[in-house]
Amino acid sequence: MKGMSLIVKTITNVMIGFIFIYGVYIILHGHLTPGGGFAGGVIIAGALVLRVLAYGSEAGAEKRSETRASIFESIGALLFVGIAIAGLMLAGVFFRNFLPKGVPLNLLSGGIIPFCNIAISFKVGAGLFSIFLSLAAVKYVMKD
Amino acid sequence: MTFIPLYFALPLAAAFIIPILGKIAKSVVWIFVTLVSFVLFILALYGVAVMQQIPMVVYKMGNWPPPLGIVMAFDSFSAFMVLVISILVFAGSLFSWRYMSHYTGQWKYYTLYMLITAGMMGVSITGDLFNMFVFLEIAAISSYALVAFGVDAEELEASFKYMVMGEIGGLTFLLAIALLYAKTSTLNLADISNTLQAMGQTPFFWTVLGMMLFAFSIKAAFVPFHSWLPDAHPAAPAPISSLLSGIFIKVLGMYTTARIVFNVFGLSRDTAPAFFNVLLGIGLLSIAFAGITALSQRDYKRLLGYSSVSQVGYIMLGFGIGNYYGVAGAIFYILAHALAKGLLFFTSGSVVNATGTRDLSKLAGLGERMSTTAWSFRIGGLSLIGLPPLVGFFAKYFIILGALKGGFLWLAIIAIGLSVVTLGYLLKIENNVFMKKGRTEASKAPFTMRIAMVFLVVLIVLLGIGFQQVFDFVVGPAAHALLRGIEYANLVFGSVAVGF
Repeated sequence: MKGMSLIVKTITNVMIGFIFIYGVYIILHGHLTPGGGFAGGVIIAGALVLRVLAYGSEAGAEKRSETRASIFESIGALLFVGIAIAGLMLAGVFFRNFLPKGVPLNLLSGGIIPFCNIAISFKVGAGLFSIFLSLAAVKYVMKD
Repeated sequence: MTFIPLYFALPLAAAFIIPILGKIAKSVVWIFVTLVSFVLFILALYGVAVMQQIPMVVYKMGNWPPPLGIVMAFDSFSAFMVLVISILVFAGSLFSWRYMSHYTGQWKYYTLYMLITAGMMGVSITGDLFNMFVFLEIAAISSYALVAFGVDAEELEASFKYMVMGEIGGLTFLLAIALLYAKTSTLNLADISNTLQAMGQTPFFWTVLGMMLFAFSIKAAFVPFHSWLPDAHPAAPAPISSLLSGIFIKVLGMYTTARIVFNVFGLSRDTAPAFFNVLLGIGLLSIAFAGITALSQRDYKRLLGYSSVSQVGYIMLGFGIGNYYGVAGAIFYILAHALAKGLLFFTSGSVVNATGTRDLSKLAGLGERMSTTAWSFRIGGLSLIGLPPLVGFFAKYFIILGALKGGFLWLAIIAIGLSVVTLGYLLKIENNVFMKKGRTEASKAPFTMRIAMVFLVVLIVLLGIGFQQVFDFVVGPAAHALLRGIEYANLVFGSVAVGF
């Protein structure tokens, strides 16, 4: 699998960073504007999928990205449970807010919600990407 | 108290640590899972102990008060379910080590194992309808993956069939939730209960209840909707068959039905005799039909699958009788059947592990070569039939006592009579696999498998001998919690919240 033409590859190279930063923006402003961890995670997964589509990938490399994706997915879920348990430890109740609430509409406000968004984005981004990889791998095997 | 969220937070956290752990050191994954299951077991015992002093602990997630936020309403019935789940999860994790050793991707298995545990625990303690649906689906989706874990044609087919049926049930439940939410504007079980009592028994009330009963009947595999179970449970690895048949169908089908009917819709035999007669009918149909079908099975695990459908009918019978002894008997039966059927599926796993086949006609003469397995099978089977010193007898005894006190003499006679069918299909396995002379090649079951089986055997015998204590401290309070009816709502809104 060699991937697509030079034009596609070049444009992907340019675009991928913007898409990624847009995803991060959506995640970090999840508590202020529409969007959040899920939507931002989908956008980041989109950037990763775009890279695989444009460049193609070897069977071995695919396996490696899948391993990495599943590690990131676990880290996302662990972060989320960790935030909930931190609420149990620091504020006495599971999932209770233990951070200062801050000034509304500032980036650093909303207590634990931005951090929950970040954890969700890890889980969703890596999860969607590994779903894509599994489906792509199935297709690759069936062609043989 | 802070222990309540741990029931589902601990297995959830463990489920997501395992993929990372599995990359670093494969061998510690099993030890980690066993440790987590053991901690859950201790926590469950602690939960039962706490429930001796107070009727209910309400845990407000994120400290939001009940109708606004999600609450965990932990009462004696929840404590009972959590205890039974943790017993089987612990025994299953012991059994899994050697049984799963010839599969690849073991960490995936253990991740799913912890997820299914978290889902069942969550269903048992939540006090929020939508939260219940989410946990139910966590458990259900993990079970679809676990049934298909061997990825042979048979397993994939069984899993697909199971998934289609299960999702019809799950989505019907979701539709019922949506209808309830549209009408009552709340998802909190206690709040829904209050609103429904104010509305009275309108056609809407019965429609939603009927939809939920349909959904839970699929999850619990009552007879018109049972066809997925005899395929799905045998196809799974043996520890999972044991977990699914032992407790999974009861949490997703029986616990939810009982909770919704008694505590949320506030029905009892006095106020809605017709509805309880429907429950009786479902129970009887399951016992008779699946029991007789089991007699003609040629596959070890498939026979046990039909037996589960039949035995779950007894539990529904107990709930359908609806008086104190009937309900307590049904709850006792959940415990007795979980231990017995968990054990029987372990013996099937042990036989499959040693011989590689589940076909009854190909197996013979294992009684001497695998004596622990054979005796475990006999004790589990006798408990399932209901022989006096074992726990199964007392469970059946209380259901029959309830039937007699409720004036259903004919029901008691039928229930006793159909025990003969149970004896019949279990003798078929005993006769073919263990008693018959033959030369099936087999070695003894590995040590940890035997430990898991002996653990359940000891529980069956001990809980049978000490049935009075089990009844007074665990089962009786659980039955009281259910028969409390709509008092449930007052408890949820009135209980002391954190740090009881």
